[in-house]
Amino acid sequence: MADISKNKQYVSFLDDQKDSSGCGIFGIFQTNGELVDGNVVISAIDIMRDRGNGLGSGYAAYGIYPEFKNYYALHLMIDDDLSKRAVEDFLERRVMVAERSGIPTRGMKNRKRPMFFVYFVLPRAQGTKAESEYMSETDADEFINKLVFFINENINGAFVISSGKNMGVFKGIGYPDEIANFFRIERYKAFCWTAHNRFPTNTPGWWGGAHPFGLLDWTVVHNGEISSYGANKRYLEMHGYKCTQKTDTEVIVYLSDLIVRKHHVPIELLAKIFSAPFWEEIESMPQEQKKLYKALRIIYGRALLNGPFSILLTFKGGIMALNDRIKLRPLVVGKKNNTYYFSSEEAAIKYVCPNVEEIHSPDAGEPVIARLTDEAYNIYYGVEDEED
Amino acid sequence: MKRIDAHNLKYKALNEQIRNAIFVENHDKVILDGVYGQYYIGCGIAKPVEIIINGVPGNDLGAFMEGPTIVVNEDAQDGIGNTMSSGEIIIHGNAGDVLGYSMRGGSIFVKGDVGYRACIHMKAYKEDISPTVVIGGCAGAFMGEYMAGGTLILLGLNRDKKRLTGHFVGTGMHGGAIFIRQSVDETLCSDEVLISQPDDKDMEKIIANVKKFCSIFDFDCDKIINDGFVKITPKSKRPYGNLYIPGP
Repeated sequence: MADISKNKQYVSFLDDQKDSSGCGIFGIFQTNGELVDGNVVISAIDIMRDRGNGLGSGYAAYGIYPEFKNYYALHLMIDDDLSKRAVEDFLERRVMVAERSGIPTRGMKNRKRPMFFVYFVLPRAQGTKAESEYMSETDADEFINKLVFFINENINGAFVISSGKNMGVFKGIGYPDEIANFFRIERYKAFCWTAHNRFPTNTPGWWGGAHPFGLLDWTVVHNGEISSYGANKRYLEMHGYKCTQKTDTEVIVYLSDLIVRKHHVPIELLAKIFSAPFWEEIESMPQEQKKLYKALRIIYGRALLNGPFSILLTFKGGIMALNDRIKLRPLVVGKKNNTYYFSSEEAAIKYVCPNVEEIHSPDAGEPVIARLTDEAYNIYYGVEDEED
Repeated sequence: MKRIDAHNLKYKALNEQIRNAIFVENHDKVILDGVYGQYYIGCGIAKPVEIIINGVPGNDLGAFMEGPTIVVNEDAQDGIGNTMSSGEIIIHGNAGDVLGYSMRGGSIFVKGDVGYRACIHMKAYKEDISPTVVIGGCAGAFMGEYMAGGTLILLGLNRDKKRLTGHFVGTGMHGGAIFIRQSVDETLCSDEVLISQPDDKDMEKIIANVKKFCSIFDFDCDKIINDGFVKITPKSKRPYGNLYIPGP
């Protein structure tokens, strides 16, 4: 476990003006893969500025690294040069680095901040072998997963904040417009965006604790709190996932990775594991369904997310919006042609898309899932045949 | 009359301008254009003025207010009429969660659907101070949760296309009454409520409010009233009195 002193970027509550509360989340998804300008998502989350208190915000963007789309894009948050050297030494031995660079940032006034780097990597079979033996995709995902957890747990002052392909997470301490300005979010175009505005309640506001949380192609933004964190965390630890970010939300990402990537459970059922139907509801279901939902509750009882939440969970080529099972947090979904909008407040959707159609609040525990068309999926994730 | 362009105004600045128009410039009508999610519009205003909103107002619209009439020409968000004492809120679109949260008086008319927990802990004082909420569309789960007083009328005019209510209607309800047009699925109601037929006095109240609803939103009043209503009332004034301590 990383201890509290591992990172030094805490801020105390200085702003005494705030009285409203509740995080804000926003997402845009283009099913045909068309790219959306970063400015759109910035102005939408900024409408909900007062849902946060300046102690964290962030963005996740998919489709931003087309020139390295087959490499894992590791976004690293690093405290100092010493940590950077440690990470580089480690990566040098474990992966093939195709490209490395600083993530473009602007200055931030009067604020201590970590450094951000992106490494485009592919795994090597053995760290010490000179030749790079490529692995199958499933092996490679597992390899990167282990690599991420090793860095987060063991290398002082370094965290991998996202590690998927053709995507990235940008986050830190500040209001959404400040973080957008810092990371130059307006310069990115993505087919899938999520944004978060944080109001931390029971965990510290630090750079790594801002949302979105990312692991491989997963990211999550979350409004609410996971009261079942302890149970979820112990369950995850049994499967080799260590919680290192000092906040409840990260368990959602790890549970998704475990249940969908490793256990091959469809994402629609993941929603029914997170927001499980009540036993009474299950009793009144038809026989087949009853069997399925009973099994899910028994096998994945410890993956049930208790407590209030609305989340946007993004994955390779898709996004899922979900509420807790009694809907204790707001969530609005709108659609216009090929574009899905997800938001804590309807006003933010109407601000960026005044003539949005089909606007509604999904029922408790009812997921709304949007996916790329096959054609668009191929553009962003298709493997290039090197022999051509 | 005063028109305020709310575009890109933060909620604090907008509410200052509204209060200034009402209390300093003494306007009896304020029209807000380009509203996008500003919180607390009309909050705590104790004066019989009219506020017209073009756009989507933010959470806690009309909270604590005493007397104003607020008209929203589009959808509205969560917490409308939070603890309001008197006045009227008219929503021409849909409303979000916790509509009429702890409302103590006045009335709310919503043309479309409402979210979860409509009229949660709505309350009344004796006979004369009692809130009324009329919902034209359908409602989410937990409608009338912990309701302590007042009148909630659910018309469900689009109930052939949508689910009329979610589960747990009237959970913890211990006062007031819910009237639902046509009928309600008993399995969706909590164990703490009774379903009955409204009496003549109830029907008087329903007809008066439905008439008003229909005149605001232009519906056929007779047709709605002829469909009949069912009444939901609490079984007990203290449903959880023995939840932790076994009673007699």
